[in-house]
Amino acid sequence: MWPLPFGGVATLHNTLDLNRSVDMNFSVITSQFWSLALQGLSLGLIYALVSLGYTMVYGVLRLINFANSEVFMVGTFATLFIETHVLGYAINAPSLHGFKLIYTLFFAFVASMVACALLAILVELVAYRRLRARGANRLASLISAIGVSIFLLESMRIITISRPMTTPRLLDKWSFGTFHGANFRIDTMMAIIFPILIFIVLDQFVGRSRLGKSIRAVSMSEENSKLMGININRVITLTFCIGGLTTGAAAFLYTTVYENTVFNVGFSMGIAAFTAAVLGGIGNLRGAFFGGLALGLLEEFASAILGSQWKAVTVFTVLVVVLLFRPNGLFGEAVQQTRT
Amino acid sequence: MANLTQFNLRDKGAEIWAGWSRPVRTIFVVVSIAIVGLLPFAASWGPTSFLNTPITSFQNVLVYPVGMFIMMALGLNIVVGKSGLLDLGYVAFFAIGAYSQGILSTLYGWNTWEVMPVGIGFAMAAGVLLGLPALRLRGDYLAIITLGFGEIVRIVAINLNVTGGPNGIPGIPNPPKVFGFNFDLMHPQDFFWLVITMILLVVWMVRRFTVRRPGRAWEAIRQDEDVAALMGVNTLVYKLWSFVIGAAVGGAAGVLYASKVMVISPDMFKFDVSILILACVVFGGIGNIWGVILGASILAYLPERIRFISNARQLVFGLVLILMMNLRPDGLLPRKKREKITEKGAK
Repeated sequence: MWPLPFGGVATLHNTLDLNRSVDMNFSVITSQFWSLALQGLSLGLIYALVSLGYTMVYGVLRLINFANSEVFMVGTFATLFIETHVLGYAINAPSLHGFKLIYTLFFAFVASMVACALLAILVELVAYRRLRARGANRLASLISAIGVSIFLLESMRIITISRPMTTPRLLDKWSFGTFHGANFRIDTMMAIIFPILIFIVLDQFVGRSRLGKSIRAVSMSEENSKLMGININRVITLTFCIGGLTTGAAAFLYTTVYENTVFNVGFSMGIAAFTAAVLGGIGNLRGAFFGGLALGLLEEFASAILGSQWKAVTVFTVLVVVLLFRPNGLFGEAVQQTRT
Repeated sequence: MANLTQFNLRDKGAEIWAGWSRPVRTIFVVVSIAIVGLLPFAASWGPTSFLNTPITSFQNVLVYPVGMFIMMALGLNIVVGKSGLLDLGYVAFFAIGAYSQGILSTLYGWNTWEVMPVGIGFAMAAGVLLGLPALRLRGDYLAIITLGFGEIVRIVAINLNVTGGPNGIPGIPNPPKVFGFNFDLMHPQDFFWLVITMILLVVWMVRRFTVRRPGRAWEAIRQDEDVAALMGVNTLVYKLWSFVIGAAVGGAAGVLYASKVMVISPDMFKFDVSILILACVVFGGIGNIWGVILGASILAYLPERIRFISNARQLVFGLVLILMMNLRPDGLLPRKKREKITEKGAK
């Protein structure tokens, strides 16, 4: 089954079911509706968290934060590293219970978030700050971010010798119960509840707090916020930090749900998250939330109906259609004209 | 360091060029083309043998990646450099050209010269199909849609039977013999000369476009689309033209590539290739053909030259991108100063 060919989208599916023609299977909508909806919800909310890493940065800098996918990848490995090396659980360690479980998961969660936030700040320092100070064109920062992304990807490939890695199943995956075939498993519920909480906190932070207001001010007009005494560099670092924190949270949830990771896990996640950000309206916090949700549900239903190999095609077709009728995404305000 | 970042080699070169009389220019062009034409033999000639690539055959490296990347970078430069549209899925047109060659030659027995116009036509049609909806959008939305298109072409190639699925198409014939040039495995230098000819054609085409009406329209669109539209430039039509011409160059490169390597498969047309070509354009200097050619030659050649550190060569490549962009954000040979948009306008 493994190893994956380098950097494909849904490569596992592609290697498994080959050359199946398009046969539509609409009966799954009725038979598996709740199960698909639940899966789509949890996947979509993970996308939404990663897409914050793109949308926050885009809102302030009007730049695609290309290295965010690799920040996510590092987050999954940070979770794995904490669980197996720092806390010392073997791959086949028995599941934990009670206080020890909460403590372990919390530690891994925080560690992944901090690792990603630090990395995101580092990315900003290396790839964006000098170029921005010099007023270089937008593509130059894009390429330097791609350079950082290649560097991170390749380092991890060399460190892990291209091998996919499994995390220990510390969380026993018990279920709250089923509803018409939808299995409310603890990890699925975690992947739904955590992002919602994070979004509520973040929405309040950006809407109410002083720092949040300064982020919104910079995204409206950099020049004017400079005049109002806002430290632009600090705000930009802050947005990268927030994007890193949420991406780290997503990495933890992803690792907990899927229990494995590989050096190129960031690629498909990055494309999906960026699509989610654009679908919802890039630069918009609530847009990222609903864009992620819409994308997750769309992916689950599309792969159930058309077969998973056509998933990406469906997603992009829907994206094009949505952008044709709502050029600023589902929730976006008019985006300023941007040029290369 | 300040000197290094502000020094503009391109302006220097343009000054020298302007100072020459017509015969001197002709001699210079002929001599440079001759020197480039002799490149396939550089590896076996003493003083230039340091150019040799240790593991892969030098003459093959000159055709792919170097020659092909130069060609694709020139095509992408029309889209990204001339009219300022960010295209992250350029590999799609390359793939369409390559698959046209693969399918038409293996199933219908067409030869490369017959497929060439058809493959270019397919790529252009795909450009129109993608461009008509996508070019109404602005800025980074275009980036994600082109990115998605690149992936869609690859996924469709994986899932269809006519494209051979994930295994691709084997047994694509080489181009037939022309004027005593053999295009086969034993004669990579002939392929190189063919690629050089096509690159020269593209350069000529781009230079013609640049000084005529479309070039001026692209320049206006790149600097300020609203103002261009107000001045009566039909922005959608000219953006579509730059997109389609870029696609045509990509398609031509694809046809040639498929007939050179004889086997194509979907994983040759991944997102990485689009990114690499975009990197070539930005690395060399967006909008300046000589810069783009230089950038593409370096970025295509470098990973092959350092293949002996095979495991870490992509790592080094990433580092080079970061370093170069920090040292010279406008690329190795930036475009003319007057063509640059002001700092305020770039926001």
